[in-house]
Amino acid sequence: MRLLRLAETARPAIAFTLDGQPATALAGDTLLTAILANADHVRRSEFDGGNRAGFCWMGACQDCWVNVEGAGRQRACTTYLQPDMRIVRP
Amino acid sequence: MTVHADVLIVGGGGAGCSAALHLALRGARCVLLERGLVGGQASGVNYGGVRQQGRHPAELPIARRARELWGRLPALIGTDCEFEVTGHLKLARNPAEEAELIAYRDVATAHDLPLRMIGRNAIHEAYPWLGSAVVAGSFAPDDGAANPRLLAPALARAARAAGADIRESTAATALAHDGARFTVETAGESFHAPVLLNVAGFWGGEIAAAFGEPVPVSPLSPNMLVTEPMPYVIEPNLGVVGGNVYLRQIRRGNVIFGGGRGESDPGRPAARPLPDVSLASMNLALELVPHLAGAQVIRSWTGIDGEMPDHIPVIGPSRTTPGLLHAFGFSGHGFQLAPAIGAILSELVLDGRTDVPLEPFRIDRFAA
Amino acid sequence: MSDVAIIGAGPAGTRAAEVLVRAGLRPVVIDEAPDNGGRIYQRPPGGFTRSAKTLYGFEAAKARALHAAFDALRPHVDFRPDTLVWNIRPHRLFTMRAGDTGEIPFDQALLCTGAMDRVIPLPGWTLPGVTSLGGSQVALKAQGCAIGRRVAFLGTGPLLWLVAYQYAKAGAIVAAVIDTTPFATKLRATPALLRGRATFAKGLYYIAWLRAHRVPILEGATPLAIEGDGAVRALRIRTRRGEQQIACDAVALGWGLKPETQLADLADVPFVFDPAQRGFLPQRDATGATPIPGIFLAGDGAQIGGADVAELAGARSAWAILAARNLPLDHAEIARLDAALARHAAFRVALDRAFPFPASLAVAMPDETVLCRCESITAGEMRAAARADATLPAPEVNRAKALTRIGMGRCQGRLCGPPAAEILAATLACPLESVGRLRGQPPVKPIPVLSRGLEQPR
Repeated sequence: MRLLRLAETARPAIAFTLDGQPATALAGDTLLTAILANADHVRRSEFDGGNRAGFCWMGACQDCWVNVEGAGRQRACTTYLQPDMRIVRP
Repeated sequence: MTVHADVLIVGGGGAGCSAALHLALRGARCVLLERGLVGGQASGVNYGGVRQQGRHPAELPIARRARELWGRLPALIGTDCEFEVTGHLKLARNPAEEAELIAYRDVATAHDLPLRMIGRNAIHEAYPWLGSAVVAGSFAPDDGAANPRLLAPALARAARAAGADIRESTAATALAHDGARFTVETAGESFHAPVLLNVAGFWGGEIAAAFGEPVPVSPLSPNMLVTEPMPYVIEPNLGVVGGNVYLRQIRRGNVIFGGGRGESDPGRPAARPLPDVSLASMNLALELVPHLAGAQVIRSWTGIDGEMPDHIPVIGPSRTTPGLLHAFGFSGHGFQLAPAIGAILSELVLDGRTDVPLEPFRIDRFAA
Repeated sequence: MSDVAIIGAGPAGTRAAEVLVRAGLRPVVIDEAPDNGGRIYQRPPGGFTRSAKTLYGFEAAKARALHAAFDALRPHVDFRPDTLVWNIRPHRLFTMRAGDTGEIPFDQALLCTGAMDRVIPLPGWTLPGVTSLGGSQVALKAQGCAIGRRVAFLGTGPLLWLVAYQYAKAGAIVAAVIDTTPFATKLRATPALLRGRATFAKGLYYIAWLRAHRVPILEGATPLAIEGDGAVRALRIRTRRGEQQIACDAVALGWGLKPETQLADLADVPFVFDPAQRGFLPQRDATGATPIPGIFLAGDGAQIGGADVAELAGARSAWAILAARNLPLDHAEIARLDAALARHAAFRVALDRAFPFPASLAVAMPDETVLCRCESITAGEMRAAARADATLPAPEVNRAKALTRIGMGRCQGRLCGPPAAEILAATLACPLESVGRLRGQPPVKPIPVLSRGLEQPR
């Protein structure tokens, strides 16, 4: 788990799956927050194989694209988590 | 400052840089003048297909000769420009297109071009990622693709190493012939030579007109798109009958596809891809490769090529001016030919002849 | 059908819409976010309970005012949230929303596209746990999270001090604040900074608060590397006393902001080199008008000025649009806006002097540093493309991009562009301006390949 929740923790929990495994996050989390609340990276670089965990959090750097079953490619930092989303990290 | 040379080359695309290389390798003193950076227009922005299949029969001898050079680019210029023999798979999406593929086989046979027809069942078995719209294909195992951005710079570098004088950011402001030799003016210098190669792409038409042989060349801007990297699955370079879409995947995973025309303003020069054309290309690309759905397009681009009314270039000697040779107007498919164009031009200059039939490309074929 | 389009519903876009609506127009207002506010006044998702004071600190009143202003405008504008404008052509915007493409026609368009952090890569900056300063702020303000348990803040500029303060105030452990600008440089700029009275005072307050709470502060330090194997473990820096390691599990870095100018570029607005910004900015006059008829620019998307300036500039550009439409003008209000903008401009110059972009840091980037994180291309590869023994040394950034792939990734050079230009110019030993800027190509952000049911001629 990468992120530290400092505030807004009294929100309803949302269940989702990450790479097929059950996970939970909070209503109002973006996919980036939800993933980093459960794991330490959102994708691996195609070219250096290193783990990436986003960078700019504002839809500029394009380093946080993930796959959502039934919804295709999604930019994690600007997409909000929906219940039962099935996120697959590339 | 005055510079004397054996050959002046106006235009630093693939044709011009290839000519500089071949001339320099044979000891001719040549100066190449390019107003931007070499390979900045058609040679650098095209799809990157290294393809013989589908060409007008007149181009095939040049294409065969170029293919031989592509195969030994590393020895010739020190790099392969990412050329890969992926094969070229030309697809038919209906029976009429399939008939065209079959009809072309006669042309191919006449020019020793190996092609393999693949029927509907076999093609979907061999390439399970192909969309159901595809009914047949013709596979050219000897064709492939390369990185267009690398070719002209690599040719120019090798030409320079062989003794050619490559001048980038050097626009030719005036061209003239006094009966014996050419004079080309630039901002700071005058260049003189008995031979001038007009390899200026779309702008070759302006140069031709300046020497009294205008031709109807139009700007052609291929509308190109590229996706983010995706798992590598598509090996062959894909085309279709009629050419309204073409698609290939590079080893890094990006899928490059195009079709249709962007807009161009040759006077500036400037060119832009067009959003309507880009969106339409997506539809056509999805017909060929449905699993592209949802892949992210990250960039689109275009540049300026020159198109002739009969879609084959102008190549050969001037009809008005001794010592002037033309090679321009490659109509969207000059990239593969480039290595050979320079060889052919160097032969015309130094030997007075070449073994490649150039009659179909004569500059005066448009005269009424 | 409305014929003025405002791209961006942040401070600039909101105040522009306000002026236009008061004049009787109904502009289309487009934003990628679900609601107005832009970046600094980003509205948190529903269900968040922190007060405006907690979220926006000293700017709480301004944030509330901006949100209230837009709420009042909502019935009077055609608001298109969650919508990306991915291309702009004469009198047409091309949009993408949830996979659907669309078009918005316009007579005049006001681009208020905001800014992003300007970064200098250093070894290890792609590790999980490293974010931009702005990114660390979004994590806290918009998601209630700290990017790590022990966060080091690195860079320069007012945002560095603000975000470090916000983190510490929110209860995060701030491992250190490392400002690459020496104290002496800031001290020299202080007299000029005093013009910015309230803004300057706030900056001093953040610094004083951090010192009082014993947050380690290092000024004039040189960052060397972010260390860790798969995740951040430490930040190594060099000070006058030598090298030291700062133990941390996250690093937020940034050296000022840079405008998001891609749409202006596609609209054919000419760009001019700005030595203070060390980059090219779209050309506009004091009213926000550009040389392209019908295209106006306001806010950080045209030139970094901050939120207050953006509000003024947005309103000013709206008046320029009304003038272009021969509608009645409030000359007193326009004069007030112009005077306020002039006052702010002087402060902005002082800020740039107080927190200069450390080009030398970019130029000194080790060869093995990943310069383009999208394509994973190193600084060494950029230098190699410019050396005399390269394949025709690249004299400008677009050629360097073609040869090295720097800038060819998903972000299209947003992150690597400025440091790549610095490295290229240094390697060529030529002025930064002469290496040019990366050509903008559509789409400005990735859009999906999707079928659009168009009939195609065969």
